[in-house]
Amino acid sequence: MALAPTGMPVIRAVSLVLAHVPSLVRLGSKPLRALREVDRPIEYLRPHLRDFAAACAYAPNQVFIGNLGVDDLAGRPTPWHRHPIAGASRFGPDGEIMPEEEFLGLLATCDGFDLLALERDVAERTRTALDAHPVVGRASGRPAVPAGVTAAVLRERIERHGAVPLLDVDGGLLGAALPGHEEDDTLTGQVLLENLACKATAALALRHLLARPRAVAAADVRYVINCGEEAVGDRYQRGGGNVAKAVAEWAGCARATGSDVKAFCCGPMHALMLAGALVRSGLDDDVVVLAGGSLAKLGMKFLGHLKHGMPIVEDVLAGFAAHVARDDGASPVLRLDAIGRHEVGTGSSPLAIVKGLYSEPLARVGLTLLDVDRFAIELHNPEATEPAGSGNVPLNGYRTLAGLAVVEKLIGREAIDAFVRARGMPGFSPTQGHVASAMPYLGHAFRGLTEGTLTRTMFTGKGSLFLGRMTQLSDGVSLVLERNPGRAGPA
Amino acid sequence: MELRGKKVIALGERDGVPGPAVAECARRAGAEVVLTLTACYV
Repeated sequence: MALAPTGMPVIRAVSLVLAHVPSLVRLGSKPLRALREVDRPIEYLRPHLRDFAAACAYAPNQVFIGNLGVDDLAGRPTPWHRHPIAGASRFGPDGEIMPEEEFLGLLATCDGFDLLALERDVAERTRTALDAHPVVGRASGRPAVPAGVTAAVLRERIERHGAVPLLDVDGGLLGAALPGHEEDDTLTGQVLLENLACKATAALALRHLLARPRAVAAADVRYVINCGEEAVGDRYQRGGGNVAKAVAEWAGCARATGSDVKAFCCGPMHALMLAGALVRSGLDDDVVVLAGGSLAKLGMKFLGHLKHGMPIVEDVLAGFAAHVARDDGASPVLRLDAIGRHEVGTGSSPLAIVKGLYSEPLARVGLTLLDVDRFAIELHNPEATEPAGSGNVPLNGYRTLAGLAVVEKLIGREAIDAFVRARGMPGFSPTQGHVASAMPYLGHAFRGLTEGTLTRTMFTGKGSLFLGRMTQLSDGVSLVLERNPGRAGPA
Repeated sequence: MELRGKKVIALGERDGVPGPAVAECARRAGAEVVLTLTACYV
């Protein structure tokens, strides 16, 4: 099998984080709309909201932070929410699951305009907890958690100034988010909270990345590409930007600049490709690609979860960061000569789309689908989507891919299931949009391609551009990540 | 199914058959496509 030519960029480090935020589920887009007529939505949701221990012991979340392998998850009994992992740790090789008490403080540190205020005792508790954090503690140099305000001040902001209340699962007042401008629909308290949640989870992921052994120093990061959910801006430019620079500032990357890349859930693939191109061109040696989570997608399928009497498993925000750098002779290689593209002219034919994303780029470098050990595609947790009638998204994707292998006469029809089992994986990502698009496997791929038995992996993102009503097209980009030729063969 | 002369709403799904692909099939079968939409379930 062909290995990459030299001079390609590599992925030096990866981080993947979750923040468990049951109190914020109420503010997800679907719960806000569905519970508009409900008097106290938090009380309606409370029986289905998990505590931190349950979210931490949830097997898909443990896979997300790298404590459990994808094959281990495939072998576990279902439903996963009824079979917690004994002794689960909040920290894993790829990142962590942060409890809400700490995350509220992290949110507040990301607000440079004093718009998000926490209640005084809440602020004190979250400051104490967050200051002791091993990665984003006070010693990390991040902004301090601001002092809180009284409940009376919060109530005044909510009643007279249009602030969005933050309520804990028992209905207590945690804080409130003021609008950034009285007459700007893009700066309402709700919108700013969504943007802050995205910034905070991306910032947490970046700090985890910078805390890796032999990681790039914050001061050596020269460019940051954000590909997360939110397009921040104001009424004159709704998607103006730039979350990347805001996160870099928060994390102390003083010599960095950056920009946001948008392509719906295909954004991360574009961002990795562009980061690789920046490195290969020599413009920047160290580029970070990162994304934060989507508050709007919390509880997106919650009605299905309630209908089936299960916990709302969409109670976590997600984030990731990846360091793209020059070839070090050891880290997984990002093959810029084998990029799959859904081009404008590709159109909407399903076969044309999968050929453009898989078989054509692989054939370009003398490979076939059978030369790829694992494919990472949309990795949404089916336990989140199936109760709402949205199907098992990864399984459907892998079966389509196996169908392509049949069409190309690489396997027989009878081998479809075996192809899916061997080269696919169960979905384990929360429905966090851009982050769920292949990226949750990146930490596992990194280990498999460095210390493990993998030779080659392929990552594919798809973007639902049609949702923005500017084109009927979708988008897609695929990337091949493989073992560095400078490293010994698979163990 | 005879589609000639019929009006069609083409509803597709991104990871299955997208709306424009459904619409094109219907159009070639002689239908008038009055609306094309694609859904994303995640």
